[in-house]
Amino acid sequence: MTINTLQIATIWLDGCSGCHMSLLDMDEHLEKIAHLFDMVYSPLVDSTSLPASVDLILIEGAVSSEKDLEHLMNARKSAACLVALGDCAVTGNVPSMRNSFSLSDVLATSYQKDVSANPQIPTGFVPALLEHVTPLHAHVQVDHFLPGCPPPASAIFALLSHLLQGKQPDVSKLSRFGS
Amino acid sequence: MTDHRLQNSVRQRHSLHPEDIVTLVIDGQQLTADPNDTLLTIAQAHNIHIPTLCFLEGISAYGGCRVCLVEVEGYGKLVPACLTHPAEGIIVRTQSPRVIEYRKKIVELLLSERNHICSVCVTNGHCELQQLASTLGITHIRYPGLFPSLAIDASNTRFIHDPNRCVLCSRCVRVCAEIEGAHTWDIIHRGIKSRVSADLNQPWKEAVTCTGCGKCVQACPTGALSEQGKAVGEMLKKRYTESTT
Repeated sequence: MTINTLQIATIWLDGCSGCHMSLLDMDEHLEKIAHLFDMVYSPLVDSTSLPASVDLILIEGAVSSEKDLEHLMNARKSAACLVALGDCAVTGNVPSMRNSFSLSDVLATSYQKDVSANPQIPTGFVPALLEHVTPLHAHVQVDHFLPGCPPPASAIFALLSHLLQGKQPDVSKLSRFGS
Repeated sequence: MTDHRLQNSVRQRHSLHPEDIVTLVIDGQQLTADPNDTLLTIAQAHNIHIPTLCFLEGISAYGGCRVCLVEVEGYGKLVPACLTHPAEGIIVRTQSPRVIEYRKKIVELLLSERNHICSVCVTNGHCELQQLASTLGITHIRYPGLFPSLAIDASNTRFIHDPNRCVLCSRCVRVCAEIEGAHTWDIIHRGIKSRVSADLNQPWKEAVTCTGCGKCVQACPTGALSEQGKAVGEMLKKRYTESTT
């Protein structure tokens, strides 16, 4: 790692991992920017804890559970620059479809309705769900938004290469909601 | 606007008396126009792009979506280009920072009002609202979503009405009343509770005035009206088993 290498992390909240797949979909373009950063924390690498300070965090997924919120708050404290990656992080997207119903109805439908063997709502081992699913900017300041479901690899590459070179990215023409 | 329409427009203008022609400026261009035209049609005839949503050529203008708002010097309020006729000497700006900021706010409010989940919408990639958001450079929605709970009407054997995607542009209402002459659709309730409904709030299949022409589906800018079988949940993979191969 050279002294100028930026420390990057990615976080996966309530999403399908499609945005991370799109990140990997940059394929050989990753090689062009790989020397500019060090991936210090991500579902894609082995490290198990987020460093106290990183330069850039890309966050996929909406905020659906208490654990998601905790991850997001830690990320904001740690990151100099925070990017909402993909529609779930930007708008809530598919996870937010449960917002039209109460949480108790959602849980009852998922775990109790039409369940014949010992229907029960989990109370431990899994993070408690929040009443509503929200995008990242409902809780913290987000520095850049990259919509798309998932954002195309070319848009992620454009965003990353601009940020790594200290430029302000404008990716509004490269991706859109639902792309 | 096509060349043919432009020629028609020019021909009509030549047939006007000089006192029936107004001069105006749109985005720095000095123009002459028929005072019966609207700012939108004048701009379109001169290749000046003003975004629209509830406007649809061939049916009456409505001015409901406010996406085509423009700034006229000396007017306190922004005005909808689709309904505003030119007055002599007015100076119109279609792309000023104020206009663009209002347009963005309007589209973000539309997106926050219902459940616009583009990724699972039947019209993803062909949606005028989605395209509008993209063209305006909207990368996120600054307002919290309302997430109303709205029932889908799939009672009609050919079409689906999904109010979750509706922006109340009323293109369906106008095309049904003015072109098909059926007036099956109208808007019920008021304000935030407004909904498009068929025949005094009946399920679509029970709307006796509906001719099944499908004009409303064609006119709808979003996924609110669609054909049966096109929704994501209805896209079934064909699996070939031994008995079918």
